[in-house]
Amino acid sequence: MNAQTNVKAAKANILQGINAAIADAMEEDDNVIALGEDLADPEEGGVCGVTKGLSSRFGEHRVRSTPISEQAIIGAAIGASLIGFKPVAEIMLMNFTTVAMDMIVNHAAKLRFMSGGQTHVPIVIRTMTGTGFASGGQHCDYLEAWFAHTAGIKVVAPSSPKDAYGLMRSAIDDPDPVLFIENLPTYWSPDEAPEKGHRVPIGKANVLNEGSDVTIIAYARMIQEAVPAVARLKEAGISAELIDLRTIAPWDKDTVVKSVARTGRAIIVHEAVTPFGAGAEIAAVLNEELFGKLRAPVKRLGGVFCPVPFSKPLETAFAPQTADIVAAAEALVKS
Amino acid sequence: MSNRATPDAATQVEIYRRMALIKANDERSRKVIMSGRLVMPYYSPRGQEVIPSAMSVNLTDDDYICTIYRGSHDQLAKGLPLKDLWAEVAGRVDGTCKGKGGPMHVTYPTKGIMVTTGIVGASMPIANGLAWGSQLRGDGRVTVAYFGDGASNIGAFHEALNLAAVWKLPVIFVCQNNEWGEHTHYDKTSNVKVADRAAAYGMAGERVDGNDPFAMYAAASEAVARARAGEGPTLIEAMTYRFFGHVFGDADNYMDKARKAEAMANDPVPRFRAKLIETGLATEAQLAEMEAGIEKEIDEAVEFALASDFPGVEEMKRDVFAEEMA
Repeated sequence: MNAQTNVKAAKANILQGINAAIADAMEEDDNVIALGEDLADPEEGGVCGVTKGLSSRFGEHRVRSTPISEQAIIGAAIGASLIGFKPVAEIMLMNFTTVAMDMIVNHAAKLRFMSGGQTHVPIVIRTMTGTGFASGGQHCDYLEAWFAHTAGIKVVAPSSPKDAYGLMRSAIDDPDPVLFIENLPTYWSPDEAPEKGHRVPIGKANVLNEGSDVTIIAYARMIQEAVPAVARLKEAGISAELIDLRTIAPWDKDTVVKSVARTGRAIIVHEAVTPFGAGAEIAAVLNEELFGKLRAPVKRLGGVFCPVPFSKPLETAFAPQTADIVAAAEALVKS
Repeated sequence: MSNRATPDAATQVEIYRRMALIKANDERSRKVIMSGRLVMPYYSPRGQEVIPSAMSVNLTDDDYICTIYRGSHDQLAKGLPLKDLWAEVAGRVDGTCKGKGGPMHVTYPTKGIMVTTGIVGASMPIANGLAWGSQLRGDGRVTVAYFGDGASNIGAFHEALNLAAVWKLPVIFVCQNNEWGEHTHYDKTSNVKVADRAAAYGMAGERVDGNDPFAMYAAASEAVARARAGEGPTLIEAMTYRFFGHVFGDADNYMDKARKAEAMANDPVPRFRAKLIETGLATEAQLAEMEAGIEKEIDEAVEFALASDFPGVEEMKRDVFAEEMA
């Protein structure tokens, strides 16, 4: 594995990576501001503490707790961005983006185009989600495909502290709206700490492990399921390449297509439900680019097509797991 | 009302000039669509000329507005050049938005026209952000969000007004209550005045006769002064009447004929024109000359627009993101 997983070397978790990225951006540029529910320190710096310390350091005029008003949050971010600010808006949970879809989809994503480039919307929308905490059907969906399907907005989903920091810095730098998806259950996973100023380019995947038999394409928490799968496959004599997509829109076609051209087999793993998901788009492009060169049909592993269930065994069975990835890879290689 | 701000002579004439421009532009728009020279969705602002005219004379080019699909009156009152408007609604490359926005998305930051939205209620949350920016910078600018009575029943209204009040933003919410939300009368959609809702947010609010330039000017100038002084937002419910159906081509059979006839007989534009002459602020000849100048300017704008090129298909790859699409 290229990824540094030695616990002794761990210096930060993902939550800290995001916090440091926003703090460093705010320190460098007065135009970086933040808003969202419970964001400021009197409200404990967010329900998970991602923004803890920021309002004490930069003032509550720049790090503002808001009413529970998602349309107002995104609207305020859009308006301020039109005149040169770089707002980082939090929509606490990804399911809550549903009540701000007009602001995100009809306005943030489209104002640059509809104004003929006279205005643009350099906002970051932070949102957390993910199964594992028994939160049931309305608190942990992965809805990235909805946004990836909208022209004018970028979508990223980091899986490590370094990537969280680097993608957040790039998202704040970006002149267009970026949806920044944070995985709640892995906020506290420790790994190598990011360096100050580090940037991860939006649209660039990361090859975590090189392999020759099958390419596994994943992102967010699914990386934590895929890493042990790669190790188990190695023991079984299967060489798997693991790609952390990092950006869902625009995704890194170049890296993925080159890898699958070499391995001839691909598995796409995401927590979002399988039908019409990001995996469907990636599979379609792989078929367009590599028809006749594939050694097996492209495989998708996603969430079961049902609302996320509460009951623990069902919730666990909802999202793909290490064993599912191993089984899928073995089946592809044997086919 | 006696202690309220009154427009001086020059301001009254200027309010009328903007009203006459809006009326003439509306009449020409309907005529050009009828002629078949232009196809566009058109939401006539006829009857609502006073509101943005009396509002905008209290604003500068540095102040911002967010308006809606029925917004050509708001845009023209804020100083949008006719040629840029006409080229845009004709879908031409010389339009404000290179023809990519159209009548529902006219944008012109040079004059502070920051957003025109086709979504009912969406002007208000974005106006808050512009006002927040002004508050952070302390630049004294004011943002006006225009919307209709129909928008007062969408959730964004509540969220935006509450946030503006809590954050004491320099924003003015101007509800143009033209009695009609698409095809449904306001009486059927709310039990209270829009202005009364201001109390629920702890915000200044008043209902004014939006067809009376003096009442509208007074409300506007006080709201602008309040915002510039850092004393927070205002909700103005400006009562008016939509002379035509929701969208051009709508036969407006749902509108009460007698009420409509009454409103049109009280057309605010000729009414204010007569008042200016009666009070000696302008002569018939001066106003006729002004109106002729407006007609000529519209003639030139229409010809300019229709002679302008359409954008090339490559424009679909531009302005989606900062970097051109592959």
